[in-house]
Amino acid sequence: MQWDVVIGLEVHVQLSTCSKIFSGASTAFGAEPNTQACGIDLGLPGTLPVLNESAVAMAVRFGLAINAEIPEYSVFERKNYFYPDLPKGYQTSQMAHPVVGRGEVDITLGDGTVKTVRIHHAHMEEDAGKSLHEDYSGMTGIDLNRAGTPLLEIVSEPDMHSAEEASAYIRAIHAIVTYLGISDGNMAEGSMRCDVNVSLRPKGQEKLGTRAEIKNVNSFRFVERAIAFEIERQREILEDGGVVIQETRLYNPDLDETRSMRTKEEANDYRYFPCPDLLPLMLDEAYIEHQRSLLPELPSEKRQRFVESLGLSTYDADVLTGSRPLAEYFEAVQQHCSDAKLAANWVQGDLLGRLNRDGLDITESPVSAEQLGGLLVRLVDDTINGKAAKQVFADLWECKGETADDIIESRGLKQVTDTGAIESLCDQVIADNPVQVTQYREATEDKRGKMIGFFVGQVMKASRGTANPPQVNAMLTEKLDALL
Amino acid sequence: MHDKTLAELARGLAAGDFSSRELTSSLLERIKRIDPALNSFITVTDEQALKEADAADALRHKGEAGILSGLPLAYKDIFCTEGVRTSAGSKMLDNFIAPYNATVVEKLRHAGTVSLGKTNMDEFAMGSSNENSYYGPVKNPWNPKLVPGGSSGGSAAAVAAGLVPAALGTDTGGSIRQPAAFCGITGLKPTYGRVSRYGMIAYASSLDQAGPMARTAEDCAMLMNAMAGHDARDSTSVSRNVPDYTQGLNKPLNGLKIGLPVEYFGEGLAPEVETAVREAVRVYESLGAQVIEVSLPHTSMAIPAYYVIAPAEASANLSRYDGVRFGHRCKDPVDLEDLYKRTRAEGFGDEVKRRILIGTHTLSEGFFDAYYRKAQQIRRLIRQDFLDAFARVDVLMGPAAPTTAFELGAKADPVQMYLQDIYTIAINLAGIPGISVPAGLADNRPVGLQILGPHFGEAHLLNVAHVYQQATDWHQRRPEIKE
Repeated sequence: MQWDVVIGLEVHVQLSTCSKIFSGASTAFGAEPNTQACGIDLGLPGTLPVLNESAVAMAVRFGLAINAEIPEYSVFERKNYFYPDLPKGYQTSQMAHPVVGRGEVDITLGDGTVKTVRIHHAHMEEDAGKSLHEDYSGMTGIDLNRAGTPLLEIVSEPDMHSAEEASAYIRAIHAIVTYLGISDGNMAEGSMRCDVNVSLRPKGQEKLGTRAEIKNVNSFRFVERAIAFEIERQREILEDGGVVIQETRLYNPDLDETRSMRTKEEANDYRYFPCPDLLPLMLDEAYIEHQRSLLPELPSEKRQRFVESLGLSTYDADVLTGSRPLAEYFEAVQQHCSDAKLAANWVQGDLLGRLNRDGLDITESPVSAEQLGGLLVRLVDDTINGKAAKQVFADLWECKGETADDIIESRGLKQVTDTGAIESLCDQVIADNPVQVTQYREATEDKRGKMIGFFVGQVMKASRGTANPPQVNAMLTEKLDALL
Repeated sequence: MHDKTLAELARGLAAGDFSSRELTSSLLERIKRIDPALNSFITVTDEQALKEADAADALRHKGEAGILSGLPLAYKDIFCTEGVRTSAGSKMLDNFIAPYNATVVEKLRHAGTVSLGKTNMDEFAMGSSNENSYYGPVKNPWNPKLVPGGSSGGSAAAVAAGLVPAALGTDTGGSIRQPAAFCGITGLKPTYGRVSRYGMIAYASSLDQAGPMARTAEDCAMLMNAMAGHDARDSTSVSRNVPDYTQGLNKPLNGLKIGLPVEYFGEGLAPEVETAVREAVRVYESLGAQVIEVSLPHTSMAIPAYYVIAPAEASANLSRYDGVRFGHRCKDPVDLEDLYKRTRAEGFGDEVKRRILIGTHTLSEGFFDAYYRKAQQIRRLIRQDFLDAFARVDVLMGPAAPTTAFELGAKADPVQMYLQDIYTIAINLAGIPGISVPAGLADNRPVGLQILGPHFGEAHLLNVAHVYQQATDWHQRRPEIKE
């Protein structure tokens, strides 16, 4: 039987506010346990929440970025359950009236096709603390530093049909939130986590199959692998004539499998009800318009501009707009050297290649956009040739010089364009290689084109790479052809 | 000194008739003598009180004393007080030393008041007789066989017994007004949002409100001047100017339109209470007021709606008492579930458990619409009843409670106990202010007249109550206390 895979995602994005969603405690990552939890985060008797306005602004900007409705009225509710790292015994979240309504996100697939994923809604909520089971034998440690960190939970419609689409969707969300500057998008630190809903149905069937929810997947790669595993698991069950049960599963990256956490019967009744400590959040038109005016250029807009104004291919534009720091890096290089295609090639080729090899993020690049731009300027104005440029780049990477010009100078890489100097080198090479000259003269015309390469190489070698290859080529051709 | 009002004591301190230390010491001494029989205090903070008194005296010496400087107060044990146990009347918080002050405590400290300690209460403010306290019941100073009312029973009894001139209470369904009525003192429940709830241990967040309990309306006004106002730490507190509540106290009541809700004079009202309340209304007529009958048609739904909404909120508010971070923790839990179950089974009393169960049930899947949503609809109707009434009259008057104080143990059936709040509970649902003033004695048991006003009408309520107290002497009656 042919199966249709249906995937929906809930992405939890940690909003990069300085303080927590309902208290003034810091949200910085990595502090000593329980040093960033105040009385409100601890749920001390008598304490009350006060909504962090910048979290609201960030949520609204996300909504505007995905063309969503922003309801004028949204409500915080209490989601009740007991867990030691949930200090109040309820999570303050939103349910019936979320801050962001329906919207949509475009995703680009590997073959360049663009697909639209509908967003059901996005709501604000507070994060819980962390339970630390490893370090305490027979006991559990609680770290409440993360308790109260603002989250935006973005809930998609079940519009995706493969692991690849799901992965592209998360990347798109990642790009949007990092462009907006509302999250650092750091998945390793838990700034973005996903719950993935997967179900299968016979191809052509309208009705959705029973889904399994995979909780807390925290990397792009794990999302793809967890989905791939889950599709196979469900396919096997269905093809064996079994039924998929509705349950919550956990993905284990070490074993590359999902396992059951709890079934629907064991699911909590969260008893949502409006939080009486917080008034409904009212957002008027002026506020929303003000937030709109603060929106930066979004990935889709940037992509379009890169293609239309800079003449990049859609593939290049897509790669270069993958994250805001990368796009900004590229734009800085491009502005420096005024050659968009050259800049795109270097950023995607040499730079990203090196970064990937060394496991570095664009923000950690040893070569700054200004340095790379400075290098490309010299390539454009013919001061150096392509080969020398690679060498300058390698030196910049190793921090062997402040600027490309310093390295060109100290290494003597300046291209020789002086006709006299090149001419004497050409004459020398022709004189030193009589056998090859004879072969050249006796060769058919179509072979000579290839044979010229030998002479060019010798001249380049003699110039220690500083001669301008096209110039050398032209001069050698002229001189050798004169001997015919 | 113990039977003087706050205003009289303020004048005495200002005139140098006595110091705050003398006043404080004499009250602490009186608490030692009398309170063991009443049990109105859970914690008496002698040392701290004397320190604060000395500080107030020093300030006065420098000429920097304010109107409330050096005046002793007590706090219901639901207000967090830094460094002092704050129990909410529960075993659950018997070991809880609050690390911070509630906003109202901070404001009153700033005004120079002296805290004598923390008063007894029904556990987590759930009760109408103060019999639900982990620290034992409070006796009514008028008669030790009687309850003082609840849940602010300790504050009411302490003021009535002359242990402290004024105390703070909280009122979620009548918890200031009913004990004030039972103990013959004046108690004001302000408009919801008028006084900060920050640092007040939550029972039902959308209904809870702190207020003053004292001998007179004037004393309540003095305290309100310091207590009221917006607090950035409480999102439900209202940003609105605070009037000087002592300013208009003496405004004449000519032409005052009083509404008597027919529903407040029906079945279940004890005749001696009705007699006293109608007599009080006649006093108002003699002062120039007009009286008309009005109707609050949804009154009978107030108790059912309240007992859905308040337990629902309470069920979530009390989830934090899980034995993990503070408060009671059961001995040697074997696992997490055992920790939760035994901690909460041991830490909470029966009435608290009952309301948590009710609240959990009414919020459950499949019941939410029938209970919680319906109750919220009723709540809006009740609020509208009052808005409609206040379009016709300035204030509403009626009894604060259907009976006078009853005997300890008399109301073992929870529903009978819940009916105690029949005239007070709708006021919390509507969010309007209400005040209970002494209006008679029946069989040596005080009767409370309840006066209600529109939202933020506290100043007018205090004026209406004060003028009555100028014309009557019920608020000056004191119980005979065996020393």
